[in-house]
Amino acid sequence: MSLTVMTYLVVGATFALYIYIAIKSTAKDTSDFYVASKGVHPVLNGMATGADWMSAASFISMAGLIAFLGYDASVYLMGWTGGYCLLAMLLAPYLRKFGKFTVSEFIGERYYSLTARMVAVLCLVTASITYVIGQMKGIGVVFSRSLHVDFKTGIVIGMIIVFIYAVFGGMKGVTNTQIAQYCVLIFAYTVPAVFIALQLTGMPIPQFGLGSTMADGSGVHLLAKLDTILVDLGFAEYTAQKMSTTNMLFLTMSLMIGTAGLPHVIMRFFTVPKVKDARASAGWALVFIALLYTTAPAVGAMARMNLMDTIQIGEVGSPTGNLKYADRPEWFKSWEETKLLIFEDKNGDGRIQYYDEKGMGDKAASFGWKGNEMIKVDRDIMVLANPEIAGLPNWVIALVTAGGIAAALSTAAGLLLAIATAVSHDVLKGWLMPNINDKQELMYSRIAIAGAIIIAGYLGMNPPGFAAQVVALAFGLAAASIFPAIMMGIFSKKINNRGAVAGMLAGLGSTLLYIFIYKGWFFFPETRMLADIEANHLFGIKPQAFGFVGACINFIVAYIVSGMTAPVPQRIQDLIEDIRVPKGSGKAVDH
Amino acid sequence: MSDNSRKEYWRRNVKLITICMVIWFVVSFGFGIILVHPLNAISIGGYKLGFWFAQQGSMYVFVALIFVYSKLIGNLDKEFDVEED
Repeated sequence: MSLTVMTYLVVGATFALYIYIAIKSTAKDTSDFYVASKGVHPVLNGMATGADWMSAASFISMAGLIAFLGYDASVYLMGWTGGYCLLAMLLAPYLRKFGKFTVSEFIGERYYSLTARMVAVLCLVTASITYVIGQMKGIGVVFSRSLHVDFKTGIVIGMIIVFIYAVFGGMKGVTNTQIAQYCVLIFAYTVPAVFIALQLTGMPIPQFGLGSTMADGSGVHLLAKLDTILVDLGFAEYTAQKMSTTNMLFLTMSLMIGTAGLPHVIMRFFTVPKVKDARASAGWALVFIALLYTTAPAVGAMARMNLMDTIQIGEVGSPTGNLKYADRPEWFKSWEETKLLIFEDKNGDGRIQYYDEKGMGDKAASFGWKGNEMIKVDRDIMVLANPEIAGLPNWVIALVTAGGIAAALSTAAGLLLAIATAVSHDVLKGWLMPNINDKQELMYSRIAIAGAIIIAGYLGMNPPGFAAQVVALAFGLAAASIFPAIMMGIFSKKINNRGAVAGMLAGLGSTLLYIFIYKGWFFFPETRMLADIEANHLFGIKPQAFGFVGACINFIVAYIVSGMTAPVPQRIQDLIEDIRVPKGSGKAVDH
Repeated sequence: MSDNSRKEYWRRNVKLITICMVIWFVVSFGFGIILVHPLNAISIGGYKLGFWFAQQGSMYVFVALIFVYSKLIGNLDKEFDVEED
């Protein structure tokens, strides 16, 4: 059976499954719609959180980033998992005890201020939309490859499917569907990883395979061999650090506190029955996430190895050492169609030279090489191309496509739900139109979903960076605005309404400003004020790593302003005392 | 529950969180980033140790930390009788 037919079959089957589940669990009231009636078992909730969390960026982009960044990509691995410790210990149980529907609702009540609630909505929507852009790009990549269409058409198809998908069922439907999507995506991710680890090292567990010796009997460790191959072609050593230590620390910290501040993740912990379950659920979520995240380094390293080996078939510099363009494999041709992989025969020898021009220096000219001929190797294609590069059977390749789509869809649905909830429940019901009924509230949230999809789709077609990096920006925003406000709300009785509002605005404002200066206002590249290079950065901090600085600004401003204004009233101090102990948690209550 | 025992429960909880956070920081930021060069001199299998912490070890510790914290705070809840009904 041809790959295309197989892909249609597998993807079609998974879609049928998701839609079946979504229809089976249609939300009946707002409690169903927003928090799945708080009836989700912690292990299942952990699984749904995993799917919600692991996005197109995790599934598609991360291994690609690891493949090309090597050790430096550790910031994403640690940053996107470490935040769950913060969630489990600092936020989730207390927010569950508080027992309302949304993050903004907590902030509004704790800081006894509608302004605080609306500022929280602003932060939340900004972070979520930025995050959805990354998903859209990921969806575009997958569809353009599996349906053989242009990248932009791919995004449009993705937009339509997400739209159909997101209006089903609310949190209840989304949760049940996400459990199925987790199973699809983890299966799709680990199966090729196991195959490739076996091929290269003879060790079926990828986590161990990465630390094993090559199966070719040379006794050389895989990572050591990869270091050598790369250095020979002028690239930096795989296991060496290239990013500055400051940036590694700041970026990791920004991603961690950003993870803990992302509304669609926090929302998941409102859906468990008890405070105790909120803690355990964070642990289970991380188990399911770590399953993929500890596999990713193996996938990245092995994909890079296979890619290099495919092109550099012989000794570096020998006339027949490089693959003939005419002999290029099928996967090479199909990725060329999507323009995510571009080759140009600069020296006209009909062979492919792939190397780092700076690192090779004059040596390249002595081989008769006239520049790196792989003009574009989009990092986002690595995971999808990986099974083909390794020559795995068609059904595995089709499965990976289905997994990538599952990852992007589940996250997009969670995010859109968070945005829609903020608009309909916090802005409309909580502020502008307090008298609307349930039915109208649901209608408005669907309109909000549609609006968000269109904005995200447009930005997905003109993205400010690679999918994972776009997502990293969303984290900066969540880290700088939402996380500090919630944490101070629980752990300090001194922060008052004015302090919280000033802190959030200062955190969000400084982070946005820092990002927009280098990435362009509202991500339009032509409006950038300084080139995005290290020499221009404040203390050398990358825009993606600024979230932590923004969070510190938030904390400091909140403390100073609170110190200068009226103290927190007694009833709010009692509320804080109350959420600090698990006893007396009830079901979710609406106002 | 009295004000004093409430305060004591919270003090013990914050202490527990602090200890967990220190471990959290040491395995990731400490071993994975700040000390990566000296640790890379040691190898386990084909992994350099600092590299292993950054791409594998820290994540295993994170998972363990959450379950350990859940267990210990659960014990604390029992001790102070603040468990949910």
